[in-house]
Amino acid sequence: MTSGWPAALSGVRLHVVSGKGGTGKTTVAAALVLALATGGRRVLLIEVEGRQGIAQLFDTPPLPYEERKVAVAPGGGEVRALAVDPEAALLEYLEMFYRLGIAGRTLRRMGAIEFATTLAPGLRDVLLTGKVKECVTRTGADGRHVYDAVVLDAPPTGRVVSFLDVTKEMAELAKTGPIHKQSEGVVRLVHSPQTAVHLVTLLEDLPVTETLEAVAALGKADLPTGAVIVNRVRPQWLPDRSVAAAAGGRMDAERIRSGLSCAGLDLPVEVVDGLVAETVEHAVQVHAEAAASIRLDGEPAESLPRLELPQLIDGVHLGSLYELAEALVEQGVEVRRTSGVRV
Amino acid sequence: MSPGRVAPRLDIDALLDDARTRVVVCCGSGGVGKTTTSAALAIRAAERGRRTVVLTIDPARRLAQALGLTMLDNEPRRVVGVPADGDAPAADAPRGVHARASIGVDSRPPGELHAMMLDMRRTFDEMVQAHADPDRAEKIIANPFYQTISSSFSGTQEYMAMEKLGQLAATGEWDLIIVDTPPSRSALDFLDAPQHMSTFLDGRMIRLPSSPARAGGRGLRKLLGAGFALFTKAVSTILGGQLLADASAFVQAFDTMFGGFRERAEATYALLRSPGTVFVVVAAPEPDALREAAYFVDRLSGEDAPLAGLVLNRTHPVLAPLSAGSARDAADGLRGAPLAAAVLRLHADRADLADREARLLARFTNAHPEVAVVRVPVVAGDIADLDGLREIGTRLAVGPTEPAAGSIGLALLVPGRSGGLG
Repeated sequence: MTSGWPAALSGVRLHVVSGKGGTGKTTVAAALVLALATGGRRVLLIEVEGRQGIAQLFDTPPLPYEERKVAVAPGGGEVRALAVDPEAALLEYLEMFYRLGIAGRTLRRMGAIEFATTLAPGLRDVLLTGKVKECVTRTGADGRHVYDAVVLDAPPTGRVVSFLDVTKEMAELAKTGPIHKQSEGVVRLVHSPQTAVHLVTLLEDLPVTETLEAVAALGKADLPTGAVIVNRVRPQWLPDRSVAAAAGGRMDAERIRSGLSCAGLDLPVEVVDGLVAETVEHAVQVHAEAAASIRLDGEPAESLPRLELPQLIDGVHLGSLYELAEALVEQGVEVRRTSGVRV
Repeated sequence: MSPGRVAPRLDIDALLDDARTRVVVCCGSGGVGKTTTSAALAIRAAERGRRTVVLTIDPARRLAQALGLTMLDNEPRRVVGVPADGDAPAADAPRGVHARASIGVDSRPPGELHAMMLDMRRTFDEMVQAHADPDRAEKIIANPFYQTISSSFSGTQEYMAMEKLGQLAATGEWDLIIVDTPPSRSALDFLDAPQHMSTFLDGRMIRLPSSPARAGGRGLRKLLGAGFALFTKAVSTILGGQLLADASAFVQAFDTMFGGFRERAEATYALLRSPGTVFVVVAAPEPDALREAAYFVDRLSGEDAPLAGLVLNRTHPVLAPLSAGSARDAADGLRGAPLAAAVLRLHADRADLADREARLLARFTNAHPEVAVVRVPVVAGDIADLDGLREIGTRLAVGPTEPAAGSIGLALLVPGRSGGLG
């Protein structure tokens, strides 16, 4: 696995962020959008799961189905956000081809839209990805892209391939017509070098297993894998040789005690015992993290770029998002300008 | 240390031992350790003498192996090694400070543990077979529309988990059923599923395209007028005619089953509200997971469903009574003692983390003071076997040990390993 952000990723216009539940996927997507917008780019963050995670992170009221500016990135960049609602997307869609007017709203109230999206589960994903594609490819009056990049807070790893690869479902359902055309366009975009699917993980057994499974599934579906983003990385304070000893249960309490008392700290026995116990737990964890890291490096056929984000002890708030974004920029995260935005 | 109110303690053993507890539903958002918690609760209940079955949804491979679930067969299987037998006394051997809470195997009749993994598709098929004559069942199962619904309709997994729970309860074979819930986007999906699914299958909307002559259909048509014609046209343009034809055939074949489905969904709903059923909400000490947990608690109390309490999973309690600040100061002052300095710094980080977790929990408890809580200290490393699950069970029952309570055996903190300081 290589460190940092390869040049090819700077040319990517659609950054799809997925990961196992609980790994901090939405936070990482938000940090990524700030990092990409740094230095005067305009970047859009899209969520599709209806949980209003973006609004919570950026401390704004719930997002409507409308692109809103939510933050300013360092160096004058602009972050906009959009929560795509499949019902609104379907109505917008029908409106383009048929004039529904009040009938459209009535149908919505009756659950007709839910009915249509239930009838064809793939339809929901087609509408969502269709909207994403429209944002990625939209151009302004100057003929240039409106956004330098789009970041998609995508469904978790278990669902991301079927979400992006809508062809299979829709090919059978719609052989002609607007949906067919739209899903074709989406398929072209997500299979092109303009797209990268980033996978957020923790250095733990289950998230790493899911990440490796996702890498394999993406490869099989011919979808471009981007970077593996290791989230919540903790500092390792122990010297390497002490890690193995402590993890093996061979922690020398006497050595720690004498080290502490040499420095003039005379701690009661239960404090030293507690410290030793914490050290052992820490070492077992460092040990397990190292094993997880080796699996991430070794198991995929092709080595993947890796980015790391530190664990935030204070929890995630708007200020810490900027901290995470800075960490990404330091690791080389950037996007080439393709929009007409001038700062 | 935690400011504000203190939550009542969730007494897991009292819950598992109570003969009136017949069903425990573990819910919470994805990635919080729900499946592991369910399995640990089930082992503990079995080793405390109850005939227990655990229904897992999508266990990680190693957990499945630990439970002996090497294949998906949709029926409960006896878990070998639970209760631990006399010649492998791992469960009742004294284990450090937790010995006083050790599992009382000798004083009770031996329980049993059975485990199963949900096969969503097969459960649905069996449900159809139970409600329709063989001919009709075959027709339904072969319908492409049915195949889509039974494998990828959002909510099918939740619905089938509840259906399976209903089946397990109906056998009357079990003292205690422990149910894991699907890794839903939101923990709430799971409660909605039976209703949602039966509304959909039973609903008028699904009949519209297939039965224009029905009164409901005609009424709606009148109501919507030309808009409706446009809508069906739009839907069939977008979705294709074949799909509507399949849907129509499906609905016709399904028609006689609707009543049965609704009855079943209602029975499961009633089971979820009966006095023997309790809910346990599992969360990780992270803002997102606790927010979902809070929604779930509100929702359960809104429905008068009995909530046993919150399992706050994988916490990092401090084991040495030393503040983060003084540990860092001491580390800064150390010269030539790298190991001691490292020990102090990692303690300082841990104390900060514990503090953050306490604040998150306090925020939850201030909003929900009545909810009993047990904090389950993280087990370092992976849980790969029954002993690892037993250790989690012990922690579920005991919660974090206060550091002042005495010295702590190291072997306890490293599951699966024996030996102390060396």
